[in-house]
Amino acid sequence: MNFPILSSLILLPSIGALFLFFTKSNKKNNFTIKYVALFTSAVNFFLSIYLWILFDSSTSEFQFVEERIWIKDFINYKVGVDGISILFILLTTFITPLCILSVNNSIKERLSEFLIAVLIMESFMIGVFCSLDLVIFYLFFEAGLIPMFLIIGIWGGSRRVYSAFKFFLYTLLGSVLMLVAIITIYWLNGTTDVVKLYNSGIDIKYQNLLWLAFFSSFAVKTPMWPVHTWLPDAHVEAPTAGSVLLAAILLKMAGYGFIRFSLGLFPSASEIFTPLIYTLSVIAIIFTSFIALMQEDMKKLIAYSSVAHMGYVTLGIFTIQQQGIEGSIIQMISHGLVSAALFLCVGVVYDRMHSRLINTYGGIVSIIPKYSILFMLFTLAALGLPGTSGFVGEFLILMGAFKDNFLVAVIASLGVIIGAAYMLWLYKRVVFGKLINTDLKQMLDLNRSELFILSCLAVPTLFFGFYPDPLINTIEVSISDLIDQYNFKLASKT
Amino acid sequence: MENLQLVLPEIFLSLSIMFLLILGVFKKNSSRLVQSLSLAVLIVTAVITFNETISINETKLFNNSIIIDYLSSLMKIITLLAAFLVLIISSNYLKTFQIFKIEYPILILSSVLGMMVMINSNDLIIFYMGLELQSLALYVLATFNRDQIKSSEAGLKYFVLSALSSGLLLYGCSLIYGFTGSTNFNVIANQLNTNEYALTFGIVFILVGLAFKISAVPFHMWAPDVYEGSPTSVTLFFTMVPKIAALTVFIRFLYVPFLNLIDQWQMILIFLSIASMLFGAIAAIGQTNLKRLVAYSSIGHVGYSLAGVATGTNDGIQSSIIYITIYVLMNLGLFSCLLMLKRDNQYYEKIDDLSGLSKNHPMLAISFLIILFSLAGIPPLAGFFAKFYVFKAVIEQSMYFLAIVGLLSTVVAAFYYLRLIKIMYFDKEKEKYDTDHGFWLKFSLTASTLLILIYFIFPSQLIEVVSRINII
Repeated sequence: MNFPILSSLILLPSIGALFLFFTKSNKKNNFTIKYVALFTSAVNFFLSIYLWILFDSSTSEFQFVEERIWIKDFINYKVGVDGISILFILLTTFITPLCILSVNNSIKERLSEFLIAVLIMESFMIGVFCSLDLVIFYLFFEAGLIPMFLIIGIWGGSRRVYSAFKFFLYTLLGSVLMLVAIITIYWLNGTTDVVKLYNSGIDIKYQNLLWLAFFSSFAVKTPMWPVHTWLPDAHVEAPTAGSVLLAAILLKMAGYGFIRFSLGLFPSASEIFTPLIYTLSVIAIIFTSFIALMQEDMKKLIAYSSVAHMGYVTLGIFTIQQQGIEGSIIQMISHGLVSAALFLCVGVVYDRMHSRLINTYGGIVSIIPKYSILFMLFTLAALGLPGTSGFVGEFLILMGAFKDNFLVAVIASLGVIIGAAYMLWLYKRVVFGKLINTDLKQMLDLNRSELFILSCLAVPTLFFGFYPDPLINTIEVSISDLIDQYNFKLASKT
Repeated sequence: MENLQLVLPEIFLSLSIMFLLILGVFKKNSSRLVQSLSLAVLIVTAVITFNETISINETKLFNNSIIIDYLSSLMKIITLLAAFLVLIISSNYLKTFQIFKIEYPILILSSVLGMMVMINSNDLIIFYMGLELQSLALYVLATFNRDQIKSSEAGLKYFVLSALSSGLLLYGCSLIYGFTGSTNFNVIANQLNTNEYALTFGIVFILVGLAFKISAVPFHMWAPDVYEGSPTSVTLFFTMVPKIAALTVFIRFLYVPFLNLIDQWQMILIFLSIASMLFGAIAAIGQTNLKRLVAYSSIGHVGYSLAGVATGTNDGIQSSIIYITIYVLMNLGLFSCLLMLKRDNQYYEKIDDLSGLSKNHPMLAISFLIILFSLAGIPPLAGFFAKFYVFKAVIEQSMYFLAIVGLLSTVVAAFYYLRLIKIMYFDKEKEKYDTDHGFWLKFSLTASTLLILIYFIFPSQLIEVVSRINII
């Protein structure tokens, strides 16, 4: 394999961004600009599909590995994918073009700068998912803050400054401790290469502290209760495309980090802290679901539901069961598709009515039927109806949880009911009921591009709901190997 | 006599200063000529330094009172280049205030000469001599815009406080001389009696003096006032060049004679470092003047570079030097931006004057943005690597407290950098600024921004340059 496919995936969006940087941003060029960005990200998507086809799912080894000397005798630039990371790369390359396509009306000013930020963001996110060196991982992980800060701050709503600052400082605060941990690992083991660290293991004396340092970063990013408060603010103020990126991909970086680093590098510490994760996850599931029930802002409601869904993800990861971790990954992919779609749905009505409040709407089912159907599909997927991808993830997670801890699993299952409650109630209040607000009669149904975007998201949601095999086949071997390694290291106390 | 060759850069620089002074006095309206000649002198001196000394091994001259080694050559070259860039981008600013005079380049040259002597010094007397030469020039530079009250005030403040710190420093020197019988660093190292507590007093006094020069907390009080009052081009000089020399002396002074007393001074340095990082970050939050803000931010950055010195290892020193080099680069970019905020022959230096810069001047704003994120230490920009190396050296010595406080203070510092970005990008635009900046100003902004941006592609080059520094 001579063609550096992963580096191309990372670089391509940046090259597109560079291209846009030299294009003048004015009304006449807007079409070209969007076309260039769309083209870049679409090429990237097909490249990643090609990657998936070439991917050999019968082995847990890292594939397409590229290694180059970066800082001599210190850090090598090393990228590669295994079953765990490849799906996230696909998710990223799939969501980004849809994001770019969706910026029709919402972004009126500085379109090219917005698309530059989105494309650079894509580069960084792909980098996060395929880097096999802790420093490189940190670099991409942190660098993503810059474009996201600008997306929220420049193109956001009225309280955008507060939200952007909160987002940036929360995440940065979590991450600096991870940097300390990474340097400590280098000092202990003389390398930051993930593969080498997997083989050599990390001194058991330090594992707990290192785990906590990584946890501080991932917990903020996930976000876990009680450090989740930045997320609703960021979501509410970000423009639609920003919310989509944030919910669909950014939140997955932490879940991925938990699997790759917390479980992979610190098994004995993970074992010790599992109760902590269980507690926080269960609180997130129950508590934020109740909060979501009370929201009057649609975006905020979906943001809180994201926190609850990510609670399932962390719960599933730390069951250390085949089903649990598989479920977590599928849940993340599904949440990536569904929450992206839900934010887009909110964006659709927001573009028309300029209100995100639930009580503005009601009874729109007869005015915009196409919208109502798709919105219903995603609502049902979000609450985990069988036949949608949301079900597969939640079911596997709960199955894993029942194997590991009965009480936690029971409480988490209750969360499913509350989840159904807030989503259905949201749908009922927005779509059904009496048409009170007469302005709503002017609303137009989905236009072609909106229909296209939402259908693009609906197809995989349904497909993987009925037939999750392609996903499970891809991740199965890597996860069973991860769990074997985990148990082996736990038994041999390293 | 052939050894004189090794101090050729200093000799050449002093002769040039005298020549330029005479030239300036006898030839009317020669400020432009003197400026160009000074630039040439700086470059030639850098070239000589590079050719003559960078390849040689450690050599001591004049009864071991001057040391020429890789560290000194490298730092001299950085100093000279930084001075060159300061000089070349300040001409427009000076012309605006009609203070484009021959004295300006000559004063800068003399202070550079003082710094070179400081960097070379292996003896307390020589070190003090260099320090005073650079300080005297700096006092005058601070008051250079003498028609403005603020500028005169800045110079006077700087003079009074600096004189006080020089006094403390001299007192420390005399204590050390009294207890070891020599002013030479190597002799002191040999004569060192580690049980002698009075020696610690001497070290403390000298450290106070040096901390003052490098504006580390708690000896930083002069910096915001002086930085604000001085002409911006001089502030640029203040924030970059003297710190390079002072850092070198810090390293040389602590590691050559007093390495055995590391237990005594390490605590002090850790304190200075933590206090500077935290105070620099917190105090900058409330500032409304850009130059004051830069002053506090430079206090914070000094804290980071001192963290590297505090480790007591070669790695630490190297990381400090990398830090200060990248810091100089970022500051150059930052001030190039400040010097571009000009409208109708007036320079704007309030934070609010930045509002909406991204609409009116997108290229300037994006450079500013990159520089600010880099100063905040966000990857993949150069500023992150600077911090990364320092904290790597710090953690390798298991100084976790210092590392964690340092990194947490970067989060606080990120706040005020973000605030500037917020004002530039999120706020309503104001009137446009002039765009007819000189070539060199544009050049320095573009070059520094690009270097900061693409540093991550070739991070090992700088490491290789400093990896030859081996002082312990």
